[in-house]
Amino acid sequence: MSMNNQGRPSQATMTQDNELPTISGDRGLDLEARLIFELGRDGVTGVDFPDVKVDDSRLHGLRRKAAIGLPGLSEPEVIRHYVRLSRQNYAIDAGLYPLGSCTMKHNPRLNEKMARLPGFGDLHPLAPSVATQGALALIQELMRWLTTLTGMPAVAMSPKAGAHGELCGLLAIRAAVQARGEHRNRILVPESAHGTNPATAAFAGFVVDEVPAKPDGRVDADALKAKLGPDVAAIMLTNPNTCGLFEGEIIGIAKAVHEAGAYFYCDGANFNAIAGRVRPGDLGIDAMHINLHKTFSTPHGGGGPGAGPVVLSERLKDFAPLPLLVADGEGFKLIEDRAELPAGAKPFGRMCAFHGQMGMFVRALSYMLSHGRDGVRQASEDAVLSANYILASLKDIMSAPFGDGPCMHEALFDDTFLEGTEITTLDFAKAMIDEGYHPMTMYFPLVVHGAMLIEPTESESKESLDRFAAVLRGLAEDAKAGRKERFEGAPHYAPRRRLDETAAARKPILRWKPSALPEAA
Amino acid sequence: MRYLPLTANDRRAMLAKIGAPDIDALFRDVPKEAVVPLSAFDLSETKGEMEVERILAKLASRNMAAGAGPFFCGAGAYKHHVPSAVDHLIQRSEFLTSYTPYQPEISQGTLQVLFEFQTQVALLTGMEVANASLYDGSTGTAEAVLMAQRLTRRSKAILSGGLHPHYAETVETVAGLSGQVHRSPVTPGKAEDIAALIDADTACVVVQSPDVFGLIRDLKPIAEAAHAKGALLIAVVTEVVSLGLLESPGAQGADIVACEGQSIGNGLNFGGPYVGLFAAREKFLRQMPGRLCGETVDAAGKRGFVLTLSTREQHIRREKATSNICTNSGLCALAFSIHLSLLGEEGLTRLARINHAKAAALAERLSKLKGVELVTPSFFNEFTLKLSKPAAGVVDALAAKHVLGGVPASRLMPHEASARDLLIVAATETNIDEDFASFEQALGEVLA
Repeated sequence: MSMNNQGRPSQATMTQDNELPTISGDRGLDLEARLIFELGRDGVTGVDFPDVKVDDSRLHGLRRKAAIGLPGLSEPEVIRHYVRLSRQNYAIDAGLYPLGSCTMKHNPRLNEKMARLPGFGDLHPLAPSVATQGALALIQELMRWLTTLTGMPAVAMSPKAGAHGELCGLLAIRAAVQARGEHRNRILVPESAHGTNPATAAFAGFVVDEVPAKPDGRVDADALKAKLGPDVAAIMLTNPNTCGLFEGEIIGIAKAVHEAGAYFYCDGANFNAIAGRVRPGDLGIDAMHINLHKTFSTPHGGGGPGAGPVVLSERLKDFAPLPLLVADGEGFKLIEDRAELPAGAKPFGRMCAFHGQMGMFVRALSYMLSHGRDGVRQASEDAVLSANYILASLKDIMSAPFGDGPCMHEALFDDTFLEGTEITTLDFAKAMIDEGYHPMTMYFPLVVHGAMLIEPTESESKESLDRFAAVLRGLAEDAKAGRKERFEGAPHYAPRRRLDETAAARKPILRWKPSALPEAA
Repeated sequence: MRYLPLTANDRRAMLAKIGAPDIDALFRDVPKEAVVPLSAFDLSETKGEMEVERILAKLASRNMAAGAGPFFCGAGAYKHHVPSAVDHLIQRSEFLTSYTPYQPEISQGTLQVLFEFQTQVALLTGMEVANASLYDGSTGTAEAVLMAQRLTRRSKAILSGGLHPHYAETVETVAGLSGQVHRSPVTPGKAEDIAALIDADTACVVVQSPDVFGLIRDLKPIAEAAHAKGALLIAVVTEVVSLGLLESPGAQGADIVACEGQSIGNGLNFGGPYVGLFAAREKFLRQMPGRLCGETVDAAGKRGFVLTLSTREQHIRREKATSNICTNSGLCALAFSIHLSLLGEEGLTRLARINHAKAAALAERLSKLKGVELVTPSFFNEFTLKLSKPAAGVVDALAAKHVLGGVPASRLMPHEASARDLLIVAATETNIDEDFASFEQALGEVLA
């Protein structure tokens, strides 16, 4: 007991005024944060620098005339602002975060520490190669882990996220098709695919042709094979797919694709279900991006940064983009110029400046070394086991469209169990927020009505999974019993109630503007 | 394995509940021939924290960190001091371990940060709207070109010879698919007459200022020439601190700005992750790539923020999206935003002036050496020297003396004969007089 209430113990009495609005707008530990632009004032700074005068002689007459308009704050004010903001976020560190397809698993702090070693975090990308041998050796070692785990001969490291990796893979395919003197402009994409797949195919200049799913949630292999032809450059298939199911006919599909002269792109977003057990190279895949921020747990950071290295088959490896990492007698070297290419290399171009997401590489390798091959395999198995456990715990009360067989790392439900309740998937998800959980992925994949895609990951204890299942069961029971008050208008206990997204889109306000001042000229 | 909470007993109990005899039963859809034993992977087994730290620290020690000695490399990535508060705050669990804010009721922290970030970027660049970040400056430049091609329905992009060659190659790779990309010749230390290249097919001109050699470019006449022909001006900034001292691209007539934000809040990280700042005129909003955060109200009337205008995006529009981007650089954007909040108007303008003063002093000092000539008459914190020897060899010789003395232009443009002897040198607030003296002495010795 602290000094302040010594001798004056409080009583746990309850009054009826707990909905009383507060004077401050804050409510106990629920602290509001004004905009930083509403807090600052002129002449204050959180960083001390001397006021150095400079003359204009080297500024080409382009010295800034107008003020920028940034607010001034001291360090304590800045820290308080961001700490207050942080408390309005849900996080995997705080609770189960079952976003299917997004893979919210534990982010080990060792990996953060390793990425901040000055030899990595404070290393310039264009420092001479004598100064960067350790970094290049680390990339080489990560490449070895990635190619070994996938059973593929090569990997392009520079893509900065999954969608960027998709683009890299499709550009390699495009270059390979061109190198054969062919014109193939069609890409087959299952209708259950991530939105990035068709977007990337279109971005890379291809025509997208959708392939339907079968009633069992797998791609219709016959329909896919029927669509193959001399104008098909590639198929893009996610495996395990977005319904959380393994595409059992994948080897036959790959064979047909190759016989038709096309390439097999695999969306590797769900590699975390099979890593250490199945090698995509054995399935006939030609290119697959690996989301280091999913499978290898580099933190999602509120929407990035990610990293999306792309493993490539024998048929595609020569087309990998610049830069290339090679080892010679003297050590490692980055090939950044076409004049220095190793034999056979025909890079399609460059994905970005420099050589990729080194900070993520360090974290991913730290994760891999920590897990080892046995830990990687165990993590995949636990992820699959946990998803099946959730499926088994809830399929009697929530509707699982493909619940007859085992799933992979995600348990998929639809909204059939809510029929007649006037409660939607959205309502159900928002009610989970009141229970202290982040909602699952909803309304994706598109092939299932009112989809709820739950990915518990390997990071949850059995007790945590039991509790989560019990809460969802309780919600499903309440929904079926017509207790709509739990769902309508939920969440009730979050920092905000439901937000008006329609108004936000109709009249977009995308930045703060000083209200008292006229528009800056 | 310390990261896996399930015990052998848990696993048995869970399998029993599922009704599966063993874990293999859950993988029954995987073709038998595709299941491999653990021994198929020639990789190490589980390691404890100490072992992993030892391995990675050993690799790290084989690199020369920027902070380990006199350091002058730039060319698109800059060594600046990041206040301790920044790294502390971005490592808070609620920022570090949250996802893209798809559930706004429990993501207001990230969303408000993005709204403030968008405002900061718009103010700095002098533009009306900014997005919630892209991967980096180079991919942002490629997205800007694609956006200009959509807006003008024209195919040709003209890239200034002063554009960072990695950026130019990124643009060629992506925008060259559907349109033509024309690269103007390299003119170290001079502004090319890019306006003369603009014609009726031109969607955009892409001009970097300060350019890859450090030269400050006047964008106004280029903007006017572009607009007269119905083309757009894309301004590229690789050193965002320069905007604390120089006229913003918006004030000079740019239509789209693609900017590398690494210098504020983010470390060098051997090239990534960085953060792409992307801003444009409001009338081009519907063709912007990437996430946008907007202000709205909740059901109780409180101000709140949501991701908005997602009908441009891949998860809604699929093959008709403005871009395929999904993940952005959220945490790097947060670091940028916190650092800029700490700096404020006064801190940023002072920081920018210090950078320029340091660079001016260093340029003055080095250009007095025998065999050294300053090529860039104007610059912010980076300038180019013409040496009496090929610059790549000089940089290696300097590194042997523990001085990282800049980036040889030939590394970026190996086929440019005029670049062979050019050294691109950056100075920032992190450099002290002692660094300058070491550099001056080492360079004098190497060139002697």
